[in-house]
Amino acid sequence: MNKIKENKDRKIKVLVSKVGLDGHDRGAKVICSLLKEAGMEVIYLGMYQMPKDVIDAAIDEDVDVIGPSFLSGEHLVYTPIIVEEMKKAGLDDVLLVVGGVIPVEDISTLKKMGVDEVFTAGSLTAPIIQYIKENIRR
Amino acid sequence: MQEMTTEEWSRKVKEGDRRAVAKLISAIERKEKIAREVLKLLYKPVGKTVTVGVTGSAGSGKSCLVSCLITAFRKRGKTVGVVAVDPSSPFTGGAFLADRLRMQAHGRDKGVYMRSMASRGYLGGIARGTVDVMRVIEAMGSDVVIVETVGTGQDEVEVARLVQTCIVVLTPNMGDDIQAMKAGIMEIAQVVVLNKSDMPGKEKALLDVEIALKMRSAPEDGWYVPIVLTVATEEKGIDKLLEQIEKHQSHLRKCVGLRKFAFRKAEKEGSVLVKDEIERIIFDHLKGTGLRRKYLDRIVDGEIDPYTAVEEVLSLFFKKSSKEG
Repeated sequence: MNKIKENKDRKIKVLVSKVGLDGHDRGAKVICSLLKEAGMEVIYLGMYQMPKDVIDAAIDEDVDVIGPSFLSGEHLVYTPIIVEEMKKAGLDDVLLVVGGVIPVEDISTLKKMGVDEVFTAGSLTAPIIQYIKENIRR
Repeated sequence: MQEMTTEEWSRKVKEGDRRAVAKLISAIERKEKIAREVLKLLYKPVGKTVTVGVTGSAGSGKSCLVSCLITAFRKRGKTVGVVAVDPSSPFTGGAFLADRLRMQAHGRDKGVYMRSMASRGYLGGIARGTVDVMRVIEAMGSDVVIVETVGTGQDEVEVARLVQTCIVVLTPNMGDDIQAMKAGIMEIAQVVVLNKSDMPGKEKALLDVEIALKMRSAPEDGWYVPIVLTVATEEKGIDKLLEQIEKHQSHLRKCVGLRKFAFRKAEKEGSVLVKDEIERIIFDHLKGTGLRRKYLDRIVDGEIDPYTAVEEVLSLFFKKSSKEG
């Protein structure tokens, strides 16, 4: 947060992506729009992405936050792979924030895996922005 | 990455280390001093790298075309780097960068490096550091560097000075013959693409552009601008487009000489760098003095006009004030 205040040319970069066989992208688009309005630079990768695609893009684009979005119920399948790939790539300074339709009982499972935060459908916008601004690690 | 020396950093970039490249581009975007030091080490005069620009209005299909071009260049065994610029919000500073979305097919190809850039208030259709980012991608060994501009209207022509071959993308519904005759973006094309050429109005648009191009005086460099019909979503017409790019490249290299192009580019870059540096020195100097605010208040309150204010500020730095300019 302080770092960002220091340098007006320092923008928070967020990568938003649908992951897996999931064509429901309205929520992800809303999030993109919201973060853009909050002054962040948002890269939207689109639908049907695999964990490796997301990680490769995150490296090339040098993002601060990775935000996979799920509606299809595949979050417990793909999220561990994303976490694993992030570790392999050494992206320990990148925040992982999962969003979408996630059953409440899965949130702690995801967090134990290494997800930093989970925002489910119905989340208010302000806390999402605040969370990112306060928690980015670089 | 900050702990690395500039030598290490430049070496890693040259070896094609994607993280080193990505971090360097971020440092360029943030105007960090170290970025310039690394860039000094990476500089080399124009050579074998082919540079292509793709510009045109929003929604004309630039990103899809770039994706097709990547495929085409890759088929010929070339490695490709892409810089895709999208606009920043003038109100919040935020940006929605979605060029990569159209280039999904190349996400896993190690022979392709893609980078999105927000324009961050820079006018002219590109971002401030685009020329530096091109240099970084060139240094990592890409055979081809493609620059995709923001959606452009009529006057965002800066990309023309950065790339050897500039492609202007039009669509059948772009307007009448009068639009095609206007100065600005139509003049910077080395190749005109009429994309979405499966849509109604194709014949008319083609005719308008053909006539507009023919009404121009003979090109100084001897290159007559071809028109290529494409349907990027179906990868139609891409072979023809690539053929024209290659034709222009060999024309540029054989008939015009790359040096002439490089000279113009250096000229432009030099003036931009000087302007940026002077601006930085002046504003750094004013920082914390309250002088900037004082002048702005006086201008707004009518105590001084902006012209005199600028002259007064500059006279702090230069003995001869800009009056004599």
